[in-house]
Amino acid sequence: MARLEFRDLSKRYGDHYAVRSVNLEVPDGEFLVLLGPSGCGKTTTLRMIAGFIEPTGGVVRIGGAEVTYLPPWRRNTGMVFQSYALFPHMTVAENVAFGLEMRKLNRPELAARSAEALRLVRLEGFSARLPRQLSGGQQQRVALARALAIRPDVLLLDEPLSNLDAKLREEVRIEIRELQRQLRLTTVMVTHDQEEALTVADRLVVMADGEIRQIGSQRDLYERPADRFVAGFVGRSTFLEGRVAAPGEFETAGGLRLKCLTDGVSGPAALALRPERLSLGPGPPLDNRLPGGVEFVSYLGAVLELHVRLSPADRVVVQLPNRGEATMPAVGDTVEVGWPRDAGLVFAGQGNPGAAEERT
Amino acid sequence: MATALIHDRAQAGAIAARRPFDASRLGRWALDGVAALSLGFILLPLVLVIWLAFFRQEIPSFPPEGYSVRWFGAVFDNRSFVGGFILSLQVGVAATLIGLALAVPASLAVARRRFLGRGPINTLLLMPLVVPGIVLGTAIYVFQIETEIATGLPLLGSTLGLVAAHVLIVIPWAVRLVTASLAGFDPTVEEAAKNLGAGPWTTFRRVTLPAIRPGIVAAALFGFVMSFGNLEMSLFLVGAGRTTLPIAILQYLEWKIDPTVAAASVMQIALIGAAMLVTDRYVKISQVV
Repeated sequence: MARLEFRDLSKRYGDHYAVRSVNLEVPDGEFLVLLGPSGCGKTTTLRMIAGFIEPTGGVVRIGGAEVTYLPPWRRNTGMVFQSYALFPHMTVAENVAFGLEMRKLNRPELAARSAEALRLVRLEGFSARLPRQLSGGQQQRVALARALAIRPDVLLLDEPLSNLDAKLREEVRIEIRELQRQLRLTTVMVTHDQEEALTVADRLVVMADGEIRQIGSQRDLYERPADRFVAGFVGRSTFLEGRVAAPGEFETAGGLRLKCLTDGVSGPAALALRPERLSLGPGPPLDNRLPGGVEFVSYLGAVLELHVRLSPADRVVVQLPNRGEATMPAVGDTVEVGWPRDAGLVFAGQGNPGAAEERT
Repeated sequence: MATALIHDRAQAGAIAARRPFDASRLGRWALDGVAALSLGFILLPLVLVIWLAFFRQEIPSFPPEGYSVRWFGAVFDNRSFVGGFILSLQVGVAATLIGLALAVPASLAVARRRFLGRGPINTLLLMPLVVPGIVLGTAIYVFQIETEIATGLPLLGSTLGLVAAHVLIVIPWAVRLVTASLAGFDPTVEEAAKNLGAGPWTTFRRVTLPAIRPGIVAAALFGFVMSFGNLEMSLFLVGAGRTTLPIAILQYLEWKIDPTVAAASVMQIALIGAAMLVTDRYVKISQVV
């Protein structure tokens, strides 16, 4: 349980930066999530904390002590791997005790600590089993117990839930979060699954192309994305291409003039709209209200998702809560789409849409 | 065997006639037939040798005049068989141990690391399997003579020289089998061990080695069998009056064809068979090979 700190951390392979000048502080007991698409450098960053990858530049500190070039076995980090990486020839108990054995604990203490770790993950009765006799979720919890048993300074989770099925994933992530709180463990988790990230994190770091794009709370990232990439990656956004015609006014490629907050941006830009901030008229007066044709409808249970064409070049996604109305919009209907001016965020520049950006 | 096959075919034909569209059944019968034929082909020489070992008469002829176990006694009375067996055993064990000590680290490097020349090195390690034994034997013979001339070490005809050559037989088998067992082993398990505080040597001893143990045992077994049975390479390298068992058998056959040779072979087959059965109790070799 310690503070984690990076200063100007970089990893270069030839001319390519896998991680570039990352500066970050994780206070004691925080649950930090590194979020980003594959290849963004999040796993490389995690592996530099564990010591599996040597940085080409910068410093890693755990609890104030520099560990940048220490080999993995001299650091006190507990890592949970995507593939669980349990020792296949050892029982559950032997797996959990391995790290304690390496720390040369005496027998009674070793037994007590492994039993405690297994109790934390609710697997007390399974100590004599071999990993292959356990389900995926149980194996995952053994891996967690093994990492917790050594009382690591930092707990590292590398996509720990991606091999579990959806239902189990929700359960285990809440379990991990509760354990982390209870033990007040400094934790860094890597994931590409934003729902997972939003559920467990105290604070999130969005990475792309080896660099940090934004650090903040769930709400920061969702409501005040730093750039177009974050707006597209965290939650969903429809991007309308165009330009800022005048302060407070955006002109789309299809010639629509929309009211929005331009925040000093001018020239070519994109307007990002969250699907759930859009509504269908008639209703209270809104800053923007435009007719459009419904082109696509998905019934998703809790919400209804529509793709509405506002002009030949502009199409938006609208998410409506399912309130049990008798009639629902259908493909081919003409509807009125409206949103307040503060629902849209304007990002300067055009083209270069991030990988996660949604095109409609 | 042949009658059985004809019977199979006739039956397959009859079934095909009854149900003309059931091609899959016909295919299965054909496959079973081919498998039985192949098995017979493999087993036939073994069966004949074992049968022959119990013939009573000195000149093998069919049908046998009677049965006897006296040839097994004759094996132990023959000094060159006993001496050959002991030398083959010594050389086989030594070559297997040295071969494994070289092949396990080599396999780890080839299977795990990415380095320049990895592909060629891998091929080179498997090469002795491809080069004919006679060629290999000649080459090593010339090499050992040249070494002896240059350094004065009495290499040719020594047990050491023979062991060194037999290491070459063991290495390709060991590399092949150990890399195969490494391929099924997730390297992140090693990372997990390091993360928990185990250094490289402890990680190898506690995690990697147990995981690839079936491969190593299989490699030891195969390497030993190949070394023990090797004839063509050893022919060039043994010293005067010191022969391995296969050479002793060959030399014996030049003068006599009585069933002593068959009896010696039966004991060899029994020994290797027993070794395989015993090993299989501890490691499932069938999972690796």
